[in-house]
Amino acid sequence: MTSQTRPNDTVSAPAMSRARVGRMIVYGAVGLVGLALLFAPFLFPDVRSQEVAARICVFVVLVASYDLLLGYTGIVSFAHTMFFGLGAYGTAIALKNMGPGADAILLGGGAGVLAALVLALLIGMLSLRVKAIFFAMVTLAAASVMMVLASQLSQFTGGEDGMTYQVPRIFSPAYKLLTDADGKTLRLFDVALNGKIALYYFVFLSSLILFLVMARIVASPLGTVLEAIRENELRAEAIGYKVVVYRTAIFCIAAVIAALAGILRAMWLKYTGPEVALSFAIMIDILLMVVIGGMGTLVGAVIGVVIMSLAQFYLRDLMEIAAEATSAIPLLPDLLNPERWLLWLGVLFILLVYFFPAGIAGTLMGKGGAK
Amino acid sequence: MNALSDGLSRFGGVYPLPVIIGVVALALIGNPSTWVTLTVAGLAMGMMIFLMASGLSLVFGLMDVLNFGHSAFVSFGAFIAASVLAAMGSWLTGSSPALNMIALLAAISAATAFGAASGWFFERVIVRPVYKDHLRQILITMGALIVAEQLLLAIWGGAPVPVARPAVLEGSVLFGNVAIETYRIFAFFLGLAVYVCLYLVLNRTRIGLLIRAGVENREMVEALGFRIDRLFIGVFMAGSALAAMGGGMWAGYQGLITPALGAEMLIIVFIVVIIGGLGSIEGSLLGAILVGLVANYVAFLMPKLALASNMILMMAVLLWRPYGLKPAVMG
Repeated sequence: MTSQTRPNDTVSAPAMSRARVGRMIVYGAVGLVGLALLFAPFLFPDVRSQEVAARICVFVVLVASYDLLLGYTGIVSFAHTMFFGLGAYGTAIALKNMGPGADAILLGGGAGVLAALVLALLIGMLSLRVKAIFFAMVTLAAASVMMVLASQLSQFTGGEDGMTYQVPRIFSPAYKLLTDADGKTLRLFDVALNGKIALYYFVFLSSLILFLVMARIVASPLGTVLEAIRENELRAEAIGYKVVVYRTAIFCIAAVIAALAGILRAMWLKYTGPEVALSFAIMIDILLMVVIGGMGTLVGAVIGVVIMSLAQFYLRDLMEIAAEATSAIPLLPDLLNPERWLLWLGVLFILLVYFFPAGIAGTLMGKGGAK
Repeated sequence: MNALSDGLSRFGGVYPLPVIIGVVALALIGNPSTWVTLTVAGLAMGMMIFLMASGLSLVFGLMDVLNFGHSAFVSFGAFIAASVLAAMGSWLTGSSPALNMIALLAAISAATAFGAASGWFFERVIVRPVYKDHLRQILITMGALIVAEQLLLAIWGGAPVPVARPAVLEGSVLFGNVAIETYRIFAFFLGLAVYVCLYLVLNRTRIGLLIRAGVENREMVEALGFRIDRLFIGVFMAGSALAAMGGGMWAGYQGLITPALGAEMLIIVFIVVIIGGLGSIEGSLLGAILVGLVANYVAFLMPKLALASNMILMMAVLLWRPYGLKPAVMG
């Protein structure tokens, strides 16, 4: 019995091995990214690269939590930055008003997470029972109201300017994590072990833990039910799963994780404003990252975030060169203006959705993530 | 609840809602002349929003396609109308009302024609490959919206564009002690005319019959041998043209337009379509007028709440009727 192979195994053998190679490439790339992020302060000591590394950490969590909705459950929500912003603004307001301290982060962040949970529950129960398209519109409207609120209630939120604040002393660059014999900050591989490193590793480890939690959720029976709902809602309902309950549950989980990512973002930047925590541009970024990386694969989130983050920095340089090269032709330099990078990313996005709906990771791993 | 619904339908169902809101607002505002000004502004705004929303609603009802890129037609319409008006120059600002109106009509026709043409392109290239796949539809039309917005920025730049109004529609008309802007009256009647046309086409012609049948049950219409996809591209083009027309009117109404206009209108149009119920133009009209009235009343009564008022209205309607006030098909 064991020596026999079932017919459909032999048929799909080449496809299987291709998928296995693809899987190895994907996991290898993700492992490399993980290692690079782990040693980022030592590998890329300059400030700009550290900003990119920390941004990647936070966005991996944010994008993966959005993938729980879009890729695994097939829910299209445009309110994800709203939850991200709630976490960030909660932390920021508490840190600004209570002074830098762990209690402020716990209280403010906790309040932000709680608000995200309650809002997600309300939106979910109110509108997840109707069509997917309805839900997308409702979340879009809710997110826009939140944006308006953030800029209107400027005495709390700093309006369009946002607000800056201090983080606990252990995370400030002046703090000496380890000191050498002279009482100066100890240097390891020429990198000062100060509070900035502590903050980076706090962000990195929190992101890692959140990512692993999500990987656990996806592998659990809950994750399987969610995929069943995505594939065939009626059948899932017929088998006896309450689709609305499961959808609302995963919507709340994703909202909470997004709010936690918002706390990390607020702590790292020491600044919170609509541009970095709430704007619709971030929502578009998240959407692009999920689709480019691969819907329905958590590792795809890592790939999507890294590619998009690098593109945001290097595509502009490339376009600047192209714009100068074509400056004699009318209109073309305008289209190639570095400010217009989103235009080309949008075109790329449309082409991707057409030809590789499973995204980079999904295509390589031979997994039809999106349907 | 059933008794309540029966009672409601005896008094015209959900249609008197705007009247009820108007009466409540009159009681709250107290001053009749202010109330009239606000009501006319609300009705004019509602009519322009109706132009933008009706196409979206019909396209969704007929083909189950939700076009997130719909607002791109609105903003392109607005900018094209603004450019044409600017190019008309002396025709527009001159003293001859006929030339004024010709200039305005040219601007609106240019916007509408562009809407129809780009609607054809949009349907063929963007939407056609992803029928019956909501997730990819939302993603692709969203991508198209990004591209359209960036194109807008590349062509017209990011600075606000001032829009010239025809001289004949400047100023206001006095009724007793109530001053009403002429442009608002024009916007209201244009919207009303479009609604009547749509209503007649949908309810009195063979094509309208097919469209309504398609909204109700698409498979059955196809099984009877009608090419519903050809019908659909027509509806899509008409919807895009109406959206561009609404955008053109809106540009004149606002007087100053920015590329962010599309994103702002997208939300309002969605709220209108949700309130009205998908697939019916009656619902769209009702939703648009409700949104227009409530936005104006609330802006006067509680300016702080103005921006959230549409959202609150939508939440209230959804709690009462999860499928909107007047959906074409339940469920």
